[in-house]
Amino acid sequence: MDEGRKIRVLVAKPGLDGHDRGAKVIARALRDAGMEVIYTGLRQTPEQIVAAAIQEDVDVVALSSLSGAHGYLFPKVAKLLKERGIDDVLVIGGGVIPEDDFPELKAAGIAEVFTPGTSTAEVIDYIREHIKR
Amino acid sequence: MSQDELRKEFSRWKSGTYEKARSRFAERKERFEGSSGREIEPLYTPLHTEQIDYLRDLGFPGEYPYTRGVQPTMYRGRLWTMRQYAGFGTAEESNARYKYLLGQGQTGLSVAFDLPTQIGYDSDHELAEGEVGKVGVAIDSLLDMETLFDGIPLEKVSTSMTINAPAAILLAMYIVVAEKQGVSPDKLNGTIQNDILKEYAARGTYIFPPKPSMRLITNIFEYCSANVPRWNTISISGYHIREAGATAVQEVAFTLADGIAYVEAAIKAGLNVDDFAPRLSFFFNSHNDILEEVAKFRAARRLWARIMKDRFGAKDRKSMQLRFHTQTAGSTLTAQQPDNNIVRVTLQALAAVLGGTQSLHTNSRDEALALPSEDSVRIALRTQQIIAYESGVADTIDPLAGSYYIEALTDGIEKAVMEYIEKIDEMGGAVSAIERGYIQKEIEDSAYRYQMEIESKERIIVGLNEFTTEEEPPKDLLKVDPAVGERQKAKLLELRATRDGSRVEASLGALRKAAEGDANLMPFILDAVRAYATLGEICGVLRAVFGEYKPSGV
Repeated sequence: MDEGRKIRVLVAKPGLDGHDRGAKVIARALRDAGMEVIYTGLRQTPEQIVAAAIQEDVDVVALSSLSGAHGYLFPKVAKLLKERGIDDVLVIGGGVIPEDDFPELKAAGIAEVFTPGTSTAEVIDYIREHIKR
Repeated sequence: MSQDELRKEFSRWKSGTYEKARSRFAERKERFEGSSGREIEPLYTPLHTEQIDYLRDLGFPGEYPYTRGVQPTMYRGRLWTMRQYAGFGTAEESNARYKYLLGQGQTGLSVAFDLPTQIGYDSDHELAEGEVGKVGVAIDSLLDMETLFDGIPLEKVSTSMTINAPAAILLAMYIVVAEKQGVSPDKLNGTIQNDILKEYAARGTYIFPPKPSMRLITNIFEYCSANVPRWNTISISGYHIREAGATAVQEVAFTLADGIAYVEAAIKAGLNVDDFAPRLSFFFNSHNDILEEVAKFRAARRLWARIMKDRFGAKDRKSMQLRFHTQTAGSTLTAQQPDNNIVRVTLQALAAVLGGTQSLHTNSRDEALALPSEDSVRIALRTQQIIAYESGVADTIDPLAGSYYIEALTDGIEKAVMEYIEKIDEMGGAVSAIERGYIQKEIEDSAYRYQMEIESKERIIVGLNEFTTEEEPPKDLLKVDPAVGERQKAKLLELRATRDGSRVEASLGALRKAAEGDANLMPFILDAVRAYATLGEICGVLRAVFGEYKPSGV
């Protein structure tokens, strides 16, 4: 990535889930770590999230869902990004997500999944190390 | 011994015996704090409760200001209602879980709805994709509601429904199902959450803007006071405010501020305070800090009694009684070493009982991982039963009263809450405090502070940032059948093909007209429900008239 350009992150809440404590804490921690963070707010469709990611020219899309709909919503975001020819955006996810679901999410293009108890420092380090551009 | 003597002796102990020990062995922390940042003293004595007047501030159970409990006999008369929040998948699956729970000795039902139901979308709406039946049961029409309560006698159980923006519609469905069982509305017991303000501030399942939402709520107050008199028309909820990160003080402050807003809206709509206030109920969270939680519940009762009497001139003592449901704190459960959560839940449940709750949900150990399995739910229910039947805490009323610490803390929480309420009043009340994002910001700041305390290890969470172990991934987690969505879609198709379409249209048309005017909407909603109009159709009509809430400042 360009030296001096701040890492840009879209923190997004796909679906109807209203649990945004985690998303907001992560958004603030990433901001405190020097990243530019855009938070979408609640009830975003995968289409809206992808449009925002493109418009904001982000390096990372961080998805949060605690309603059990991650298996449908996360892969849909990754697929839409691919369809738009975007392959240099890191897509990560977090929430109440059983480990059994990890392989399917990773196969669909979600680079990493963070579950309850993850420290914000872990997420920050992960992003810095895995960013694609 | 006089107070002066005590004061002298206390300062002798503190600067002598105590300081001497402390200078030799430093205490574990520089400063001990409660969740709200309030400093905790090393010792409490009668000096810390000097300002408390027993008759004025504590009184007796079942009497103003209800600090010691809302009922005269409390758990000596009847134990709290053990009410486990449950619901997932289709109405058939949830019906089976309710019958299981009732068979295990649970005494009330608590219905969890899926997100599309809570946000007023049918299961075949595009925004419902992936969410159907996940966090609760999917209800699209009266047909699903009939299945949900099949074989459950509605005159015998009390049912709590966690439903907010479309509360009027789900209540109407419940009333019609009861009618079909031959049970008249005046025999129904239960609660709808119906608390939209905390949805804007903390929980997120809003649909309409504040003004029409408040109208729906006051319509329900009015309709129920005449027709469903034993129904709790609202459960003013601090639970989700706390889950979103608030401190104990903020939980009570923002909840009571919301309560004040509802009372004001109903009075403004022309209702008499004592006609609706006796049916207002509350819902709080219970965390691990037992003593702070007990004091919180006691302070909340005293505050509400004083607010209703002094601010709103209530005369009926039932209007002044803060009756509440408690749920243990989901956000304190760890995905790591999940069996430890059983212990956390025990502490939290104990705090709720020592605090005088009317009903209780205990969380299951696996809720940081998935929806709870049947085994986990049984342990959670057994936890309540052990507290009730084995611990002895239910045998005398408000047993921690008179503890210097508990009384000083109850008083301190009351004062700190009043400061917040005064601040919110200055902003024009809870609705405008939410509209300008004040309450959300306060909650977010507390949530962030809490997380940073965990990361710096100022706050130890066993198994998470200390005492960790390598673990195998947990097994036997509950999985919702992914075909639920398809099954609900098929049911909807069939319903739309077989019901009387002209009756549906006529009832929706009448509802629309009524919504455009200022009539009470409950009778119109009941008609639409009876005609098997779907939840999404009814909410669609109201969306068209009322518009949708758009949060500001995101």
